[in-house]
Amino acid sequence: MPESKHHVEYQDIESVIIRFAGDSGDGMQLTGLQFSNTSAVFGNDISTLPDFPAEIRAPAGTLAGVSGFQVNFSSEEILTPGDAPQVLVAMNPAALKANLIDLEPGGKIIVNTDAFNNANLKKADYDSNPLEDGSLDGYDVYELPITTLNRNALADLEDLSTRDKDRCKNFFSLGLTFWIYDRPLETTLSYIDKKFAKNPLLVDANKRALIAGYDVGHNTEAFQTRFHIQPAHLKTGVYRRITGNEAIALGMITAAQKAGKPLFYGSYPITPASEILHNLANQKQFDVRTFQAEDEIAAMGSTIGAAFGGAMAATGTSGPGVALKSEAINLALVLELPMVIVNVQRGGPSTGLPTKTEQSDLLQAMFGRNGESPVPVIAPATPGDCFYMAIEAFRMAVRAMTPVFVLSDGYLGNSAEPWLIPDPDDIPPIVVKHPSAPSNGAEPFEPYKRNSETFARPWAIPGTPGLEHRLGGLGKQPDTGNVSYVPFDHEQMVKDRAEKIAKLADYVPPQTLIGPEEGDLLVVSWGSTLGAVRSAVKRVQGQAYAVSHAHIRYLNPFPKNLDSIVRRFDRILVPEMNLGQLIFLLRGRYGLETPFIPYPKVQGRPFTIREVTEKILSLVE
Amino acid sequence: MSEPIKLTRKDFASDQAVRWCPGCGDYAILAQMQKTLPDLGVPKENIVFISGIGCSSRFPYYMNTYGIHSIHGRAPTLASGLKLANPELSVWIITGDGDSLSIGGNHLIHILRRNIDVNIVLFNNRIYGLTKGQYSPTSLQGHKTKSSPMGSVEQPLNPLSVAVGTEATFIARTIDTNVKHMGEVFRRAAAHKGTSFVEVYQNCVIFNDGAWGYATDNQTKDDHILELEDGQPLIFGKERDKGIRLNGLIPEVVSLADVSPNELLVHDEDGPASLAFFLSRMRQPAFPEPIGVFRDIKKITYEEGAISQISEAVASRGKGDLHKLFHASDTWEVTPEHTNGHN
Ligand code: SF4
Repeated sequence: MPESKHHVEYQDIESVIIRFAGDSGDGMQLTGLQFSNTSAVFGNDISTLPDFPAEIRAPAGTLAGVSGFQVNFSSEEILTPGDAPQVLVAMNPAALKANLIDLEPGGKIIVNTDAFNNANLKKADYDSNPLEDGSLDGYDVYELPITTLNRNALADLEDLSTRDKDRCKNFFSLGLTFWIYDRPLETTLSYIDKKFAKNPLLVDANKRALIAGYDVGHNTEAFQTRFHIQPAHLKTGVYRRITGNEAIALGMITAAQKAGKPLFYGSYPITPASEILHNLANQKQFDVRTFQAEDEIAAMGSTIGAAFGGAMAATGTSGPGVALKSEAINLALVLELPMVIVNVQRGGPSTGLPTKTEQSDLLQAMFGRNGESPVPVIAPATPGDCFYMAIEAFRMAVRAMTPVFVLSDGYLGNSAEPWLIPDPDDIPPIVVKHPSAPSNGAEPFEPYKRNSETFARPWAIPGTPGLEHRLGGLGKQPDTGNVSYVPFDHEQMVKDRAEKIAKLADYVPPQTLIGPEEGDLLVVSWGSTLGAVRSAVKRVQGQAYAVSHAHIRYLNPFPKNLDSIVRRFDRILVPEMNLGQLIFLLRGRYGLETPFIPYPKVQGRPFTIREVTEKILSLVE
Repeated sequence: MSEPIKLTRKDFASDQAVRWCPGCGDYAILAQMQKTLPDLGVPKENIVFISGIGCSSRFPYYMNTYGIHSIHGRAPTLASGLKLANPELSVWIITGDGDSLSIGGNHLIHILRRNIDVNIVLFNNRIYGLTKGQYSPTSLQGHKTKSSPMGSVEQPLNPLSVAVGTEATFIARTIDTNVKHMGEVFRRAAAHKGTSFVEVYQNCVIFNDGAWGYATDNQTKDDHILELEDGQPLIFGKERDKGIRLNGLIPEVVSLADVSPNELLVHDEDGPASLAFFLSRMRQPAFPEPIGVFRDIKKITYEEGAISQISEAVASRGKGDLHKLFHASDTWEVTPEHTNGHN
């Protein structure tokens, strides 16, 4: 790389949050991904969050068509994609307008001035040009004619149409951000080699665009400072990026392999859970059997059928899908077959906010069915944790012969973080025991004879001679499972099923606690809020306040020691992306007198670290 | 199978008392099923009966095989998952007109189009029995029931026409009182690879007695029923003196006194779907109602397709390897020197 032609200062900083935004056709997701990969390879901790437009093909240049990708990268451990971006790369007026509201006061804006023509300004509902009317005063604005500069850089590629040249301009802007944040180009250069291997002209064009963008930093007076973000102290090992939805898929495959069984996944497409289906459908070499069902009910029914047949069976959906599945979930519950139900929660009720996140289906998972219907519920805390919780869900399902809910959410599903790749050999097997054919003269098979320790019934599968039996949704006699309307038979079965789920507490690991073991304030959270809450608690602890944090991953049954933890604190703050559903469970379990303080947020967006920090400070200061 | 399995009808009867109303057509279907299964040579442990909700759906409890009495309308969904998990099993779906044509209509059309290798037996009694007598999707217009005291205003659905529309590969009809015919149809259904769809005219003695009287009454049935035979002209009548001829696109009943059998329409089980369709449209009183196999064609089953994709994936990518899978993305290594070192 040439040396800068003008004076440039270097500044060491701890972290940056940068958001790339443009039209959905501008390749901003790719740009953001490349920036995160390069930063990850460089050794920073990263966390990323894509922001897709709700419409699939919104008209180009409009606010509805804006696509964004946020990257938080740091020399310290980070747990969220960051509160507010400090840098905004806006490829057109709509991208500027849609994202400016999030930008930190005084933040940097890099704009493509070529796109700020009257037509685009109108499409973005601007009455006047924000670059000229002073509305960006107070921000650090870098105006560059990116389209022109990029075309100039590719001028001598005569075989390439102007349209194709313009499609390279995302690499141009990426190159510029690489210069500003002092990132190496190698990762992206080799990506371009691979991605466009079939078309050498595009390899050349995209590489030139990237380098030209980088050189603009060198050659433009406006860019006086470059920033350096040192590698983070990460655990050593091999890493990859992973989203929650990818991790769920990998976890399910791993669980099935560890059980030595095929994986069945029955699902109906729904945002934001469909990527799980896509990921699994592409891994058939692991004997993954995906079934795209005709509706949510069929997805659940097929999962029950597959579980009866002896497969590791799972379904995935979002809240509205769970609503449709409820009746079949109850069937699974009384057939007492093992399976996993993933709910990648989104804003509700009804169709709600399909592309936005929320944690408002906890009570649905707990209580959203007729009759006494206890189901284990667990919730991953980070994208990478989705992998482990998917395996965990299968372990619990097989152990207790029950459907198990995994509550992910849109934010976990789509956001990505570096994932320390585990050694598959370190993951213990899932031991499945199917009863085999009885010897002659043995007692007749009793499909509901419970294991005295776990209360699970035997998992006898079709194809086993001598164990023919009928299961059904009607009331049953204990042990035999024969249809029974006898009052005490029914009551015993209801109690046994409840007891069986309660007994899973023997399996659930103890609740961990960060901070003092007792004191004034405990923050209790669950699911995807881990990042924001843990970061906020650490900040407050850094200011010498005694605040503790317990993040619950097992919601039903709760860890046994949670009781004694909550009783050791004067006040318990519960931030949730709902109006207080975990609080409802905690109060029901530990009593109304326990001093729980709700902290709800229901905006379709995750908590920011700042919000939680301020809330905690308002209580302890 | 190395040894033929010698099972008897008794082997297929469970220890549960059968609880249908005395005289219900379901008894005959149960008996015929228990009688037919031993001939199929399928080990008992490989047979699964799955039902939904309704009188007919009690069926699995009475079969000494594997079985699930599931929820209303959803039996096809369980069967689909089960067959994909274990394609070796012989799976029967027992359903009724309310179960499969009303609440479960969606699943019925999709299992038929997917051609999953199961056998569906639809007990059609044109009434809701278990809920004590409301009109069903196959009840005739004007049918007076508790929920239609002035007569049903709805048009009935024709199950076999629906089946043709869904690309079903095996479509048949039989009658609860004609046990020999029923046994043969069950055998054919079991032999078919792909979804077999069998409609059984079943009499509900309590709420819709005699709904199929014309088809079961010894005096009238031969004039009202036409037994289909592959490759044979469509002839019926007590004296076998009537036939079906096509007049353009319109079928008509002709007398063999005036028309030579050569002019009659000839049944063809793997002929065009339109033939099966118009056979399904033949309704009393204008036409005799055909029984037997309407359609039997060969198509790849869903399980064959799905399992062959798994083999293909294994052939092209090798058997799944978790280590490879975990690393199948851009990876980077964090080494002790790497962390917090200047670049
Ligand atoms: S109500 Fe009708 S269909 Fe049901 S068992 Fe009685 S006779 Fe049979």
